[in-house]
Amino acid sequence: MTTHLPTFDYRRPTSLGEAVRLISSGGSSTVVMAGGTDLVPKMKRRQLTPSTVISLSRVTEMQGIRYQDGATTIGSGTLLREVVASRLVPEPLRLAAATVASPHVRNTATIGGNLCLDTRCNYIDMPEGWRIANGHCLKDGGDTCWVAPRQERCWAVHASDVSPIAIAMHTNVRLVSETGERIIPLEDLYANDGINNLTKRRDELLVELKIPSIEMRASYYKLRRRGAIDFALVGAAASFALEEAGSAEDVRIVLTGIASAPVRVFEAEQFLVAEGLSPGSIVEAAGIAGSCVRTQDNTDLGSRYRKWMIPVAVQRVLEGLAMNTNERSADRGTD
Amino acid sequence: MVSPHLVVGERHPRLDAMDQTRGAVIYADDVAPPGVLVGRLLRSPHAHASVVRIDTTHAQALDGVIGIITGEDLPTRYGILPISQDEYALALDTVRYVGEPVAAIAATSATVAERALALIEVEYEAMASTLSLRAALEEELPLLHGDGVGRNVHRSVALEFGDVDGALRSSHHIEEDVFFFRGNTHAALEAHSATASYSPQGKLTLTSSTQVPHYVHRTLEKVLGLPSGKIRVIAAPVGGGFGGKTDPFSHEIAAAKLAMLTGRPVKFTLSREEVFYTHRGRHPVLMWLKTGFSADGNITAVHFRSFLDGGAYGSYGVATLYYTGALQATTYRIPNYRFEGVRAFTNKPPCGPKRGNGTPQPRFAIECQLDKASEALGIDPVALRLRNLVEPYSSTVNHLRITSSGLKECIERVVAASDFDARHGRLADGRGIGIAVGSYMSGAGLPIYWNDMPQSEVEIRVDRGGGVTVLSMAADIGQGSTSMLATVVAHRLGLRMEDLNLVTGDTDLTPIDLGSYSSRVTFMAGNAALDAATAVRQQILSVVGRKLEVDVADLELAGARVFVRGDEESGMSWSEAVQLTIASDGPLLATGSYRAPELAGPYRGSGVGISPAYSYSACVVLLACDRDTGMVEIERVWLAHDVGKALNPLLVEGQIEGGVYMGLGEALFEEQSFRGAHHRGPSLLDYKIPTALEMPPVETIIVESDDPEGPYGAKEVGQGPLLPVIPAVANAIHDAIGVRIDEVPITPDKVVAALRSAERGRSTRFGPSGVPAFEFPEITRVEPPVGFGVT
Amino acid sequence: MSERIVTLSVNGEPRSVIMPDNATLLEILRDHLELTGTKHGCDLGECGACAVLVDGVPVLSCLVLARDTEDHQITTIEGLGNGAAPDPLQVAFAEFGAAQCGYCTPAMVITARALLDGHGSPSEEDIRAAIAGNLCRCTGYIKIIEAIESVASMGPT
Repeated sequence: MTTHLPTFDYRRPTSLGEAVRLISSGGSSTVVMAGGTDLVPKMKRRQLTPSTVISLSRVTEMQGIRYQDGATTIGSGTLLREVVASRLVPEPLRLAAATVASPHVRNTATIGGNLCLDTRCNYIDMPEGWRIANGHCLKDGGDTCWVAPRQERCWAVHASDVSPIAIAMHTNVRLVSETGERIIPLEDLYANDGINNLTKRRDELLVELKIPSIEMRASYYKLRRRGAIDFALVGAAASFALEEAGSAEDVRIVLTGIASAPVRVFEAEQFLVAEGLSPGSIVEAAGIAGSCVRTQDNTDLGSRYRKWMIPVAVQRVLEGLAMNTNERSADRGTD
Repeated sequence: MVSPHLVVGERHPRLDAMDQTRGAVIYADDVAPPGVLVGRLLRSPHAHASVVRIDTTHAQALDGVIGIITGEDLPTRYGILPISQDEYALALDTVRYVGEPVAAIAATSATVAERALALIEVEYEAMASTLSLRAALEEELPLLHGDGVGRNVHRSVALEFGDVDGALRSSHHIEEDVFFFRGNTHAALEAHSATASYSPQGKLTLTSSTQVPHYVHRTLEKVLGLPSGKIRVIAAPVGGGFGGKTDPFSHEIAAAKLAMLTGRPVKFTLSREEVFYTHRGRHPVLMWLKTGFSADGNITAVHFRSFLDGGAYGSYGVATLYYTGALQATTYRIPNYRFEGVRAFTNKPPCGPKRGNGTPQPRFAIECQLDKASEALGIDPVALRLRNLVEPYSSTVNHLRITSSGLKECIERVVAASDFDARHGRLADGRGIGIAVGSYMSGAGLPIYWNDMPQSEVEIRVDRGGGVTVLSMAADIGQGSTSMLATVVAHRLGLRMEDLNLVTGDTDLTPIDLGSYSSRVTFMAGNAALDAATAVRQQILSVVGRKLEVDVADLELAGARVFVRGDEESGMSWSEAVQLTIASDGPLLATGSYRAPELAGPYRGSGVGISPAYSYSACVVLLACDRDTGMVEIERVWLAHDVGKALNPLLVEGQIEGGVYMGLGEALFEEQSFRGAHHRGPSLLDYKIPTALEMPPVETIIVESDDPEGPYGAKEVGQGPLLPVIPAVANAIHDAIGVRIDEVPITPDKVVAALRSAERGRSTRFGPSGVPAFEFPEITRVEPPVGFGVT
Repeated sequence: MSERIVTLSVNGEPRSVIMPDNATLLEILRDHLELTGTKHGCDLGECGACAVLVDGVPVLSCLVLARDTEDHQITTIEGLGNGAAPDPLQVAFAEFGAAQCGYCTPAMVITARALLDGHGSPSEEDIRAAIAGNLCRCTGYIKIIEAIESVASMGPT
């Protein structure tokens, strides 16, 4: 029944240096808030009761979009609204960002926040009283994952709409801490673990995304119940580099809403590298994706249906690519 | 020149429309008296348990906690229906669902109140819970109400009109199907809120988001032991009702009790989660339906069984149970009819009345089955419906009196507008069109508690300047009842709506109206208003007639003038006429009232379903269904509704469009669903009501059958238009992809499951396979009216 | 946790409030500034009823910390229009019957205002997309869309 925020100390650094210092010196109960659209509801539901909240809203180094050195760089604090509207951002990414939640949420939520979205599950994203009545799950401080009680891991689901397309587009992210910085491929940011779903250290901040300029087609297909507000039942992104004689790297198929991390379907990618994009190969690649990815009964509409929808989503996103003569455009999916 | 006298039939914005659009309406949650305390409810984490001990000592000791109450402070049972007095404001000995209120706190801040809740110690002794219809009806489990174990049956009924078995035996064709309508909920945007204050003189005032101030008033009287005159209930403008604010609630009673104990105002506003537990929404109903047809498509007999999952308490459930069996007969002529129904108690939040109370479920079953029968009989679905329609001014087999009916016109007009004949069965694969009809009451014929008094009263006071104040307890829940009263009175008095002052929903100030439920307000409060306005009119005309020395029959009241018919310059202004009347007769005030005619049939249970008039609707839905994803996109909806007379077409259209919207949500998205005892998602993310992106264009067609007893011929429009939408969607899906989804909501997983089954050469249907083994009571046989029975 | 005096610019007026750090903008508007036109619907960013404009952009006030709006211009439903003259959207919503219970209406009007300010002539599709995060339980959105279209067709307001 609690809908007020818990009490916390609130810090609002104005520079990246100050931000990473605060994070570094903060205890384990310190959280970082970007737009807050994921964090605020979680705090209201008491999934998190941090002692300190560090707001990144005034860290100007983390904001803005620019094109330099053959890459589009997007500050992680850039609002999704700005990503959607910016001509500097590759269109597939803009269209994927436009499928996140609702316009109002996108006016507050940031692209970095969407990439770092906490994993979601039917048993964790619930009001406090519900979780007490049901019994706390593994991610919630309990000792059982209610999705798969016999297994000793959390199956909560990665739900970002931006991550699959960004991974498909070979995006790197820059992580900064007080002691240094590193640039890693976005897909390496994620671990398939519902609790520890990000590989970045607690003292590291995701500061920006770098999307290299590769000649490619890319697209994101989001299957969802309603045209707004809802998370993906299944989301599929795909990219297809246009260089001839490419390596296995030049096709990417990435799923969201399925596992605790974005899922690359390597088997289907390799198949398409070998076979090329054709109506027949698309159907077969979709079938491969369907057969090698499992689902759990932990989000809307249950596991069986979402399992069925994996090949559908993969087929649709690939068909969108195949049909698409515009290099940077994407299929908008069900909306 | 007097402007033409038109109020009834004019498109007119709600009287409070500008307040609404400027954010100036004060809803219950906007009420904040000085020093108001924050109320919070402690809720049960158990589905079924004895409350062994409650210790509030630690909570009480917390600084800022001003009052705490538990079940022992409010030990009087209540319930909306006299036959279902089974609730306590706070659980007394037993909790019966997860989320049931156990204790209430009033504190100086929300933070303190919430901290204090965690400090209340409750010792529970859990018992086995009953979580499904089958468990309730087939297993021996601890009784929710009563001691020991047994079947958790709330109420059952078995009625037969005519000879169903005989008629079925001689039928040419028999359809037999099982349908399941899963439950859903109101999900009004406004969460329930109530603020109570208690004066040193012992007067309790409760301002609440309620559809039924009178019933809340009665309940407070009973539970708090205060005399009626010491309680004032004010119905704040309701931010969406749909039946969800039609019971007296724990938070209202707790607010009142805590205000009395602390001497300070206390306010409770429920969280969105709590609204899902407070519920009283659509019952899940499992239905078995067997219908006989003659070779030319006439219905010969219907045998219908309904199984209702009622949740933990009665609420309006007995009425809901009877409604599942009552209103099938108002659309199609059923010569022989057997209805068996049972409502079960389960350890889940109580179900109750939602828009169409108890009738969308059987309507879904009947209309889908008619389409199946139409295929089997080789008769077009429109023709099959038309040949079975109930005649206007007739009687049904279960003794419901039918007056005006525009159903035939409704069907003909949606069929024509949608080009149904050219499209049905002829659209490209994946697109489909479907039709269904419905009917609803214009107010329940009987009040909830038995009495001989009027169901609605209206008072009109006219001041010396000619100012008119109309007083009625009718609660505006967004449907526009206040504007409706103004329309009726203004039209009768020759004034403009905006000339009137309306005072509504206040038990101290306004004469009775039973509440905004059962689509009763336009018909009943509207008639009472017309009655009162007529009295004022007559009084003024007779005084003016004497003064002008003309016959009253020759006088006209229009354009704020009283004049001799044909000579608008004659006579006098409204205010002069008023002053003349007051000078002659004293204070100018009048009352009017309405009571429904005696309509009950010759059997027990006949009180449910009777109404002074029935509205009728017909709906056509055009949609596209994605065979791969099972997603349904509604392309267009046509809905014709017989409202008798559209007093204000703007508001009538709004009700139709809103009914279509809610019906589409129920058909495709919405389910109040549980995993065991736990709600699957008490939030507006998980409970999916359609956004603007899902809503199709709607072509509304208003049909006016001019009811002889309705105010200016009007009937209801608030609930009826929802009813045909859901089966029209199901029928259109079948037309689109050839599978039958006999279960609501029709979610994409069900569609894909049916398609995959069909592809494998198995069933082309998704739906329930059977009904619980339950022995219905011995059938009460009722002689049908003359002209019915086996033919 | 500390409380401090924060000055917000609400409807063009500076409003100083003693607030705790964890207060949302919705709580401050409703409970401290008595601007109850902004509604509390779900508290979790799922219904849109609490939308207000921050620098002309509609955001959900239940998800925003009040302190974070310190240097921004906040506009609530009470701040639309020009003095006693209502915003044309407010008039159109009334005339088209776009409000039934009215609970979603202030946020719907606010959202529409931002759409029209930022968009010359929105199509019906643009309007539906703009209000997709504002749930309405009564109207089926039809008259809401008609009202917004009618004001859009009048040109800049």
